[in-house]
Amino acid sequence: MKHTAPTHDFEPKIIAFVCTWCTYAGADLAGTSRMQYPSNVRVLKFPCTGRIDPVFILKAFQQGADGVLVSGCHPGDCHYIAGNFHARRRFAVFRKLLEFIGVDLKRLQFSWVSAAEGGKWVEVVTDLTVKVRAMGPMTEFKELAMEEQWSGAINTPELQEAYNAI
Amino acid sequence: MSRIGVFICHCGENISRTVDVERVALEVGKLPGVSFSTDYKYMCSDPGQNLLKKAIQEQKLTHIVVAACSPRMHEKTFRKAVEAAGLNPYLCEMANIREHCSWVHENREEATVKATEIVGMMVERVKKNRVLPTITVPVTKRSLVIGGGIAGIQAALDIADCGHEVILVEREPSIGGHMAQLSETFPTLDCSQCIMTPKMVDVANHPKIKLYTYSEIELVEGYIGNFQVTIKKRARSVDEDKCTGCGVCMTKCPQKKIPNKFDQNIGMRTAIYVPFPQAVPNTPVIDRDNCTWYKTGKCGVCQKVCGPGAVDFEQQDKLIVEAVGAIVVATGFDLYSIDEKPKGSPIKGYGEFGHGKIPDVIDGMTFERLASASGPTGGKILRPSDGKEPKQIVFIQCIGSRAREKGISYCSKVCCMYTAKHTMLYHHKVHDGQAYVFFMDARTPGKSYDEFWRRSIEEEEAVYIRGMVSRLYQKGDKIVVMGSDIAVGVQVEIEADMVVLATAVQPQKGAELLAQKLGISYDKYNFYSEAHAKLRPVECATAGIYLAGACQGPKDIPETVSQASAAAAKVMTLFSKDQLEREPIVARVKESGCVGCFACKKVCAYGAVEEKEIRDRQGNLIKTVAFVNPGVCAGCGTCQATCPSKSVELDGYTDEQVIAMIEAL
Repeated sequence: MKHTAPTHDFEPKIIAFVCTWCTYAGADLAGTSRMQYPSNVRVLKFPCTGRIDPVFILKAFQQGADGVLVSGCHPGDCHYIAGNFHARRRFAVFRKLLEFIGVDLKRLQFSWVSAAEGGKWVEVVTDLTVKVRAMGPMTEFKELAMEEQWSGAINTPELQEAYNAI
Repeated sequence: MSRIGVFICHCGENISRTVDVERVALEVGKLPGVSFSTDYKYMCSDPGQNLLKKAIQEQKLTHIVVAACSPRMHEKTFRKAVEAAGLNPYLCEMANIREHCSWVHENREEATVKATEIVGMMVERVKKNRVLPTITVPVTKRSLVIGGGIAGIQAALDIADCGHEVILVEREPSIGGHMAQLSETFPTLDCSQCIMTPKMVDVANHPKIKLYTYSEIELVEGYIGNFQVTIKKRARSVDEDKCTGCGVCMTKCPQKKIPNKFDQNIGMRTAIYVPFPQAVPNTPVIDRDNCTWYKTGKCGVCQKVCGPGAVDFEQQDKLIVEAVGAIVVATGFDLYSIDEKPKGSPIKGYGEFGHGKIPDVIDGMTFERLASASGPTGGKILRPSDGKEPKQIVFIQCIGSRAREKGISYCSKVCCMYTAKHTMLYHHKVHDGQAYVFFMDARTPGKSYDEFWRRSIEEEEAVYIRGMVSRLYQKGDKIVVMGSDIAVGVQVEIEADMVVLATAVQPQKGAELLAQKLGISYDKYNFYSEAHAKLRPVECATAGIYLAGACQGPKDIPETVSQASAAAAKVMTLFSKDQLEREPIVARVKESGCVGCFACKKVCAYGAVEEKEIRDRQGNLIKTVAFVNPGVCAGCGTCQATCPSKSVELDGYTDEQVIAMIEAL
């Protein structure tokens, strides 16, 4: 299979939060087996999916990620007994929050990829990249981030009042 | 200000073929904080490591990023090199540009951009890395072995022979376990008692082994190297120090008709009893449920006849606390009982086989007792119903095992072999008898196992019928066995005198309760889980706890003994040092922020989170905060993601480090 240079207008940024024992090892296996997948993904390694704070997902979107992947050991396979179960519960609730604040849930993917599933890793990453590429850039959070950042100028009456009071 | 050194590896051509390593080194060199960046053909080679060490000293580098293969491959190598150059090893990080970049992309431009970004992320991360000191914990060089079957006995003897003290805890009144019940053992047909009892005596006489029989584990606290175990020593009603084991009490006890569990309930015992004559310790126990004294307050014959005055009706259960550094779990197996089904169990019964209803349908262990020279029939094969010698005997394999629809999908591993043995024992004792075996497959993978199985057919004349039995029913004093022979394709009906069922091997009853006390994991059948199926087969994922024998999965005696010795070797490895060193990737509580909600304690699978009281100088309690015991913490970080006030941090994976990486995007 020859990987041809992409000719798309938009290349999404995908961040993957993975656990070191299963999915990171699975991604390593994809490498040792010389499988090919889009280069959009950046992998952040954690000891366990249980360590992954939902804040990281928000932060990733804010920093310009167009898609986020969270992946760990299959249920029952957790190296830390039950970390992936805690993660699963946490993200089940977190998805609702994301949906509520208007993030298209198609941009966020959860999966279980074991250390033996190099092929599945390629499949998951490729699918998410294709899906997010079709959706276009994620702008909502970037705009929010812009608003949050204060330029330093005292350009509103509230700021002026506060400045005077000092 | 950090002075970061970045080293980009070519990995021969593995990385440089698709990634322009010189360009990556150049680009990364421009990042703030990076004061040295270079590329080299093989970073992991000796010259590569020397390059790294030299650069650290000459350039006065404070943090290191090695962009090469997966950290799973060479993180240890480079951290060691960094340590040798005088830096803390945890100030070195690896950027994976081989498995995650050069090997999975072919476009050189794309791969180079990605590699630069990956290295950039690690540069931002390493800036936030802190010096982490290696954690050392003291090791108590005493071991606990739970279960006194062959696995526990072997492990205890091996550890004790190395000079370390062992506490051996057994639930039954005597050690010996299932192996003591067996008549002969495959594939050599040597007498089980003859090889087992000397080992039992060795345990009793070993100066380094402390034996608690008729005792159970009540509570386990602590962590690797430092466990506190509470053992409940049940009241025997006989003083072990005074009893001489003369046995007069047993001969005089008027309650003589109590089914003996050791003889699979076909033999009888008295209310004050030892389970079998070679029991260790040879101290009787009073079965309080069946003793006339405990039921009516009268009798007391045993007390009157006891010369040394050892019988003590007032004896109470005792709780004993022992400090140990390692635990070997060897609780063994139980046979699947096809007539009594615990409520709510997913495992279905085999009502069609009449076990429990037809007295001459017995399980394999009962056959062992019938065949045993020390058994209730003195080694004669006699039917439990009328004591006649069975002339036609049918063995049925895989009762419970390999039957997904009945709830157990695994193979019990020992049944093929012990049934072959049973046909031999039967033929040796009933020369004019005929044995039939219904089987699905004959699984004989072991040294001299297949030859043994063939012998049962070729020399001992057992008739093997491939196929299952559909039904059994009583007809007069015969049992009609209806089955099919799939090799020939006909229905078979055999009028048998006795039927022996090879019932599945299951974990001991209550195995899951002990696992919860120990904090170890178990599978859906309640077999204990090893840390790695292939590479760490005798260790639990919980540090300091090891597995031996059938509690981990069905096993025969040779395998059990090897695993027990392996577990003992692991214990001895642990005991070879006074201090235990471990990776400092552990959670730490920031006490000022902790509000004491203990959400972390709830999610911690290891029980590493403790409560710690903070008091002022007068001793008034200010607040209770969480404390993570670094010896117990496994470093998963679930507590950190759970903490609502962000007051617990996993060293090596702090929020700061993660956010820095995300911001580097």
